[in-house]
Amino acid sequence: MDCVRIGGGAGFAGDRFEPAEALARDGELDDLVLECLAERTIALGQQRRLADPSAGYDPRLVARFERLLPLCAARGIRVITNMGAANPLAAGRVTADLAGRLGLGLTVAVVTGDDVLDRIDPSAPALETGRPLAAHGELVSANAYLGAEQIMPALETGAHVVLTGRVADPSLFTAPLAQRLGWDLRDASAMAAGTVAGHLLECAGQLTGGYFADPGRKDVPGLAELGFPYADVTADGDVEVSKLPGTGGLVSRATVREQLLYEVTDPAAYPTPDVTLDLREVTVAETGPDRVAVRGAVGRARPEKFKVSVGYRAGWRAEAGISYAGPGARARAELAGDVVLRRLAGTRVRADVLGAEGSPECRLRIAASAADRAAAEVVCHEVEALYTNGPAGGGGVRTAVTEVIGIVSTLIDRDRVEPAVTVIGGHACG
Amino acid sequence: MLHEVAHCRAGDKGDTSILSLFPFDDRHFADLEREVTTERVREHLAGQVRGEVVRYVLPKLCALQFRCRQALDGGVTTSLALDTHGKGMSSRLLAMEIELSG
Repeated sequence: MDCVRIGGGAGFAGDRFEPAEALARDGELDDLVLECLAERTIALGQQRRLADPSAGYDPRLVARFERLLPLCAARGIRVITNMGAANPLAAGRVTADLAGRLGLGLTVAVVTGDDVLDRIDPSAPALETGRPLAAHGELVSANAYLGAEQIMPALETGAHVVLTGRVADPSLFTAPLAQRLGWDLRDASAMAAGTVAGHLLECAGQLTGGYFADPGRKDVPGLAELGFPYADVTADGDVEVSKLPGTGGLVSRATVREQLLYEVTDPAAYPTPDVTLDLREVTVAETGPDRVAVRGAVGRARPEKFKVSVGYRAGWRAEAGISYAGPGARARAELAGDVVLRRLAGTRVRADVLGAEGSPECRLRIAASAADRAAAEVVCHEVEALYTNGPAGGGGVRTAVTEVIGIVSTLIDRDRVEPAVTVIGGHACG
Repeated sequence: MLHEVAHCRAGDKGDTSILSLFPFDDRHFADLEREVTTERVREHLAGQVRGEVVRYVLPKLCALQFRCRQALDGGVTTSLALDTHGKGMSSRLLAMEIELSG
């Protein structure tokens, strides 16, 4: 192929379905990518899987696929997604079952091997803190960010749906681009272009005016009907991004530049499993209505090791609030905060009073971290006790206690990771 | 105020906040480069950013990028802040007062 059209149909697990449906229906796409795995999501998935071995994949997988797979199947659009999360094989079985129920003869390929909990060194220092991994708390997950090279064999089975666990977000795009455009995965220039396209599309609506609007300064038309983006990528590495006519939002030099540098810790050397990306020579130019060309990304050799995201038990979080209204509301909320902080002396706790000075109502919000659930509940009880042990007129106490999974990083040699592909359902169509 | 001439997006990686700053009009890029220095950003965000601030200048993109360490109370999973991702840091940066030339 000379040119591939690839769409960004989800930017996080909680993303909307409707813009992805529009892309699948009217976008004339070759591939639709659904990026649904945030840094901490996989650790929470691992917890669900520990409680139930059939769980651990994206909880909205079935709901999202029920709406998208019929559209994609009818138009021959391949779907690539990391909704496998902590249990890609279970996700694959559920997807194949769903396709069967929907009367779609789809083949599903599952990429596994990112789970490296049994092969990391717990005494190795975390990249962020320098302290041994295990010193942070009981380790519950370790997932390597796999790249295009590990996704490629799944694409080569001819599957209609490719499900992964942890992979680098741009790799969800570089793999299908490389496969369709005939790129060599070790061609750093090609992978730089593909990584730029993937990095722009991976947050879906963040490219098309979502997360951008600032009324009066940055107006976004039709934000309620925000459309999702696609990219046209040529074999030569030209990238143009756009969105469907008639959808809300905008694709402009401003939205593209914001997304291009989003979460990039070093614009001269941004590492992914596929390439080390240098964005210093990139140019961004509007070439038509809601259409922007991005050129000039430079690629250098990919990193020698995979990054591994490690989840650990980091204790519990308590969060509780109470409201005060009328004259002196803010002073009473602040007094309530002082009272709770005194009663919880020795705890890692903070108090915030929400609501501007002079506003008719304000709310005290208490947040604390605790070693165990019981200690977190003590914090909530102290806020609830403000009803009859605090300032006048407090009401509307709400409390929440949640377990905290912390995340730190380490590195692992590529040859210590054993990726595999499992094909489920139907026959591959090559 | 920076908000009148520039826009900004915040991203997070662990306990690090990454702020990208762009002028609405490319002619103001030199003003931003002169005024929004590493030192001024560190001072402006002093209540939140406890670690190193590094500035990258990207003339081809007309962009400044700031990497702020120890900015997110330990990071999104363990932070006790209201905005655990520190997304609001982009708007806080735009509250900085700067001088425009000409």
